Amino acid sequence: MRRKDLLGIRELTVEEIETILDTAEAFREVSRRNIKKVPTLRGRTVINLFFESSTRTRTSFEIAAKRLSADTINISVATSSINKGETLIDTARNLEAMVPDAIVIRHPSSGVPHQLARICRNTSVINAGDGAHEHPTQALLDALTIREHKRTIRGLEVAIIGDIAHSRVARSNLHLLTKLGANVRVAGPRTLLPPEIGRLAESRPGKIVVTSFVEEAIEAADVILLLRVQLEREASAHFPSLREYASFYGLNAKRLQLARKDVIVIHPGPVNRGIEVASDVIDGPYSLVYEQVTNGVAVRMAVLYLLMGGNKLDAVKEVHEATHQERAGSRPVTTTTDAS
Amino acid sequence: MQADVLIQDDRIAAVLPDIYVEDAVIFDATGLVVAPGLIDLHVHLREPGREDKETIATGAAAAAAGGFTTVCCMPNTQPVNDNATVTRYIVERARDSAIVNVLPIGAITRESKGEQLAEIGEMYQAGIVAISDDGHPVPNAMVMRRAMQYAMSFNLPVVDHCECKHISAGGVVNEGFYSTLLGLKGISHLAEELDVQRDILLAEATGAHVHIAHLSTARALQMVREAKSRGIRVTCEVTPHHFTLTDAAVETFDTNTKMNPPLRSAADVEAIIEGIVDGTVDAIATDHAPHHADEKALEYDKAPFGIIGLETALSLSLDRLYHTGKISLLRLVELLSTGPARVFNLKRGSLEVGAIADVSIFDLNKVVRVDPTKFRSKSRNTPFAGYVLRGGPVATIVAGRVVYNCKEEE
Repeated sequence: MRRKDLLGIRELTVEEIETILDTAEAFREVSRRNIKKVPTLRGRTVINLFFESSTRTRTSFEIAAKRLSADTINISVATSSINKGETLIDTARNLEAMVPDAIVIRHPSSGVPHQLARICRNTSVINAGDGAHEHPTQALLDALTIREHKRTIRGLEVAIIGDIAHSRVARSNLHLLTKLGANVRVAGPRTLLPPEIGRLAESRPGKIVVTSFVEEAIEAADVILLLRVQLEREASAHFPSLREYASFYGLNAKRLQLARKDVIVIHPGPVNRGIEVASDVIDGPYSLVYEQVTNGVAVRMAVLYLLMGGNKLDAVKEVHEATHQERAGSRPVTTTTDAS
Repeated sequence: MQADVLIQDDRIAAVLPDIYVEDAVIFDATGLVVAPGLIDLHVHLREPGREDKETIATGAAAAAAGGFTTVCCMPNTQPVNDNATVTRYIVERARDSAIVNVLPIGAITRESKGEQLAEIGEMYQAGIVAISDDGHPVPNAMVMRRAMQYAMSFNLPVVDHCECKHISAGGVVNEGFYSTLLGLKGISHLAEELDVQRDILLAEATGAHVHIAHLSTARALQMVREAKSRGIRVTCEVTPHHFTLTDAAVETFDTNTKMNPPLRSAADVEAIIEGIVDGTVDAIATDHAPHHADEKALEYDKAPFGIIGLETALSLSLDRLYHTGKISLLRLVELLSTGPARVFNLKRGSLEVGAIADVSIFDLNKVVRVDPTKFRSKSRNTPFAGYVLRGGPVATIVAGRVVYNCKEEE
């Protein structure tokens, strides 16, 4: 990939998205082995710079980097302290002076990865979620999960339900799905649907339909993507109560019946059980939430690898070589990998 | 018209085809435009209180370099210009340090808190030319109504930054496609329009003169147009950035595209230009808002609102309005000089014999490359860095004295 940074899905071409997904598929094998490590990024340094609490995404990036043999450093910054004197630019320049190969950044303010990427000219910047803007690796892992179960994304009917206005997951997914030719219905209370959201799909093969009726969005859907009701993000001022939200917009078994029989349900987590989704649905057979987490590591390995100069074919080769070495070694192999 | 202008002391003495006076200092303006001095109704000079961003002296120097001979400064200093002592301080600092006329605008309410009326009469005696709680618009309609009634005793215009803060609610960019795309909190056009509507109704009821600051939406402009046709005393100004840029400029997350009101949609920009053309707009004002580079180097949603404008306003107006054939040269001078003079009842903006000799000389065709490092302003926060514009200031004369001459710069 000829790209220094991964700032959003919006900037990516269809080809780039497919390259990342294909590479991620190759890397998924690594996680299924006993020795979950390839030497690909040995000697490289990845800084995880998190200005917002996150267990899942930070851990996922850290594991991804480690499975590629990169050195990782985690920096968690309370946003309140950064504005006391040190500006974003100071932080960025300081980090760049330590010559890392990649900075993975999560920040509550939209646009910070873009600002950072402009300052750090020699470091890859990877957006791990910025404000309500984008969360590209989440959309990529969602796509990998969907592709695994539906073979292709083109032509699918996908429902995205919940707080679209404050959701970076929704935006990244809307870009990715419509680029790859899926049609997306977004649904939620009107107070949480941002203006002109349909225009995100302008000149894309997939289209966006907006509705305030959840049933309309779920009807014959192939995929249902639920968004977390972000209680900490004042979403509560946009609807009367969580109880009412659950009863009108939550996904329960009855609403799920409106979807296609082979529907899959995905959720970026963490789940608010009983609010955006009933427990029997999220724990049920249609739910792929844990598979998403597994795919998250593979996607992040692919992104780190591709941004740091690797290409798809080499990835497949390296994974296979490592697998053969492992089999030839003395350790018992319990992996289910089919290394044909 | 081609003519010579004779200035004697601080006044225009004659405007005739050929003037010969022995010993006169001659400024050769052949091929240039000689206009009444430009007037900016809306600047922030930051003194007293934030002299690290701008001072009355540096702001005035920036004004002179931009062709302006008069600037009216907003009261949101520290302390707020809400009493005659602060007004007198500004007037005295201006007399001692400013190379252009600096006319203060007083607060509407004490500390611009929107509650108790400020001592408007005493500030009037000390030299204010209008009242405004710019940036902290009076939320209480009854307080606004009383302010309008009270200001009438002194024939002072009431200037309003129209923004219903309940609607804007922490927004940072125009609410629309780009706020959705970028995940930035939006400021709906409604925030402006609700207050414009309120002010027009209050102006109609009280008979007071309300001036809408930095008008930015199509609907607000339509409201002003209709109110004017009904004879209501309402005037409005627009900024160069609101007729030059749309909210698409925000896409880079450059904090120099963050101002309040925000850059609006393409349809709004089109409507604003229509208002400039058809006469609805009374003045072009910059809303010159200097901020220290450290403050602008923050996250988009944390950076302060505002950009500077004194040193780019004339070039943007010439390039975007005159050279595109949208307005005549006469209308351009009206928007930048005679119009604003009328809005604030200033005895300026005239080249008639006997008028104070405030003169702006500019070149319609000089190529201007916007280079913030060369600005006179203390601040550099402009989205126009690197722009190449056609037309710009050459020399500025205040009360007969040349305060800026671009030839001496080179």
